Amino acid sequence: MKTAGPLLQGRNLLVKRGGIPVLDISDFTIMKGEVLSLIGPNGSGKSTLLLTLSSLLKLYRGKLIFNGSEIDSRRSELDYRRQIAVVFQDPLLFDTTVLENVASGLKIRGMEKKDRTRIAEECLERLGIAHLAKRSACKVSGGEAQRTSIARAFATSPTILFLDEPFSALDPPTREGIISDLSRLLRETETTAIMATHDQMEALRLSDRIAVIQQGKIAQMGSAEEVMNHPVNEFVAAFVGMDTLLTGSVLESQNGRIMIAVGNQKIEAVGNFPVGEQVLCCIRPENVTLSTDSPEEQSSARNNFSGRITRIAPHGLFYRVDLDCGFDLISYITRTSLDSLEFQEGQTVKASFKATAVHVIRKSA
Amino acid sequence: MDLILEGIWKAITLIVTLDPEVLGITLLSLKVSGTATLISLFFGIFSGTVVALTRFPGRKIVVSLINTGMGLPPVVVGLFVTIFLWRNGPLGFLEILYTPTAIIVAQSVIATPIVTGITLAAMQNLPPKLRLQILALGATRMQMLGLLIREARLPLLAAVMAGFGGVISEVGASIMVGGNIMGYSRVLTTATVMETGRGNFDTAIALSIILLLLAYLINYVLTRIQQRERPR
Repeated sequence: MKTAGPLLQGRNLLVKRGGIPVLDISDFTIMKGEVLSLIGPNGSGKSTLLLTLSSLLKLYRGKLIFNGSEIDSRRSELDYRRQIAVVFQDPLLFDTTVLENVASGLKIRGMEKKDRTRIAEECLERLGIAHLAKRSACKVSGGEAQRTSIARAFATSPTILFLDEPFSALDPPTREGIISDLSRLLRETETTAIMATHDQMEALRLSDRIAVIQQGKIAQMGSAEEVMNHPVNEFVAAFVGMDTLLTGSVLESQNGRIMIAVGNQKIEAVGNFPVGEQVLCCIRPENVTLSTDSPEEQSSARNNFSGRITRIAPHGLFYRVDLDCGFDLISYITRTSLDSLEFQEGQTVKASFKATAVHVIRKSA
Repeated sequence: MDLILEGIWKAITLIVTLDPEVLGITLLSLKVSGTATLISLFFGIFSGTVVALTRFPGRKIVVSLINTGMGLPPVVVGLFVTIFLWRNGPLGFLEILYTPTAIIVAQSVIATPIVTGITLAAMQNLPPKLRLQILALGATRMQMLGLLIREARLPLLAAVMAGFGGVISEVGASIMVGGNIMGYSRVLTTATVMETGRGNFDTAIALSIILLLLAYLINYVLTRIQQRERPR
């Protein structure tokens, strides 16, 4: 990752739809060479932000600054658009051959046919679809179409590549293949990229930084580690997969260790909060281990609770186990563990998690 | 039965021997309706695209007017074009009433809403984000229009078919503004009306066969292009 100063800045961006603000961002900056993901649930405004940053959406107020100069006229807007590329969820290919599609951005820029064909062929090669060059773009599969769309974007060697939910319409194996190819291409070409996605795993795989969008605002922006493990509020915590969110108040605070009262129970965590402070304890289900309730077995974890299983439900490759420990606790266990431990709904088991597995946030009023 | 068979036989003779009167009428029909279709394509594709791509107050009313216009009765058009071109009408100074030019004007008025309506529908059928994609590729506004029209080229062929089909078979306006003057403003449909009225069924049948053949040929060619082009 190179650091050469801000490449694109957005200031006081305000977008309205039907008179209602749908995007309100005071400051947004992306550095050269950086890959940033905008994550958030449907309707949070991540696509709106992406389209705004790519100058495709009319601003109600605010400005975009690219490479130090403001995009403020039709001319500068066109110049800017000729330095970026956008890949949408839908491949949006033209009704012509795959090769012509990939060359279309270059054709628009007035490049000679011979040159643009050469570049387009190179791009097809890099995305592993050179054999489709002469095929009609209407006849290729969904994955091939999206590869064509990505090749078309790379053909113009964009300074910034924008990706709007680029993999959402693809099946998992196809998605996997395209993500790894895109990831490689982004590193090789050192292209700055901004991707909107609702899938945090995609974001984690591709990006250096993540911005969580909540109701048209940036709730948190930081490294993947920061956002995933230190969410700033309840919304971000829930969105990044901290399924257990418990409200409590700080009972003791000493040497970076705190004891939090949650209902009638006490949870030990790490952090510096004054006694009496209302806080939110966020716990990832994969950090909660379950065992059969035998008192002689001692866990190294600081937090051990006995809880009744209220529900067991499949969750992807795992099973999600809901517990009532005096507070609601969620744990993910593998199918193998579930089979060997023979858990049943209604059974009482022991749940353990480390003090460091509890992320504590000051409870906002 | 004899009447029909004899009529058809005579009609075939007229066509095969390239009867000068029948040939003249056919060529004029083609020229007049072809020109009118071209004019309507020019205005119709432009206005259809503009209405499809823009949002303005009263747009719904405009769209419903266009859709109504697609079924404009030729006699009504004929009436108004006649009034406009009448000696002391607003466009009377042009002195084109009862000329082929007047027929072209009337037929253009009939075909333009048809082309506009179909263009509008074709443009609205394109994926809404396609415009953004084209702009993101660095296109100017004109380049975007060109690319969108290119993308909608197949449904636009339907506009050509419907426009031409509508005017070549239209009779009301042609007779009113053209006057059905022999060797001058007599087209296939107006001649058919007249010959039928006179009881000259053979000539009427000949003209009808030509009309049908023309309509079929043109649609056949356009359909071929359409079928070849759409691979999906």
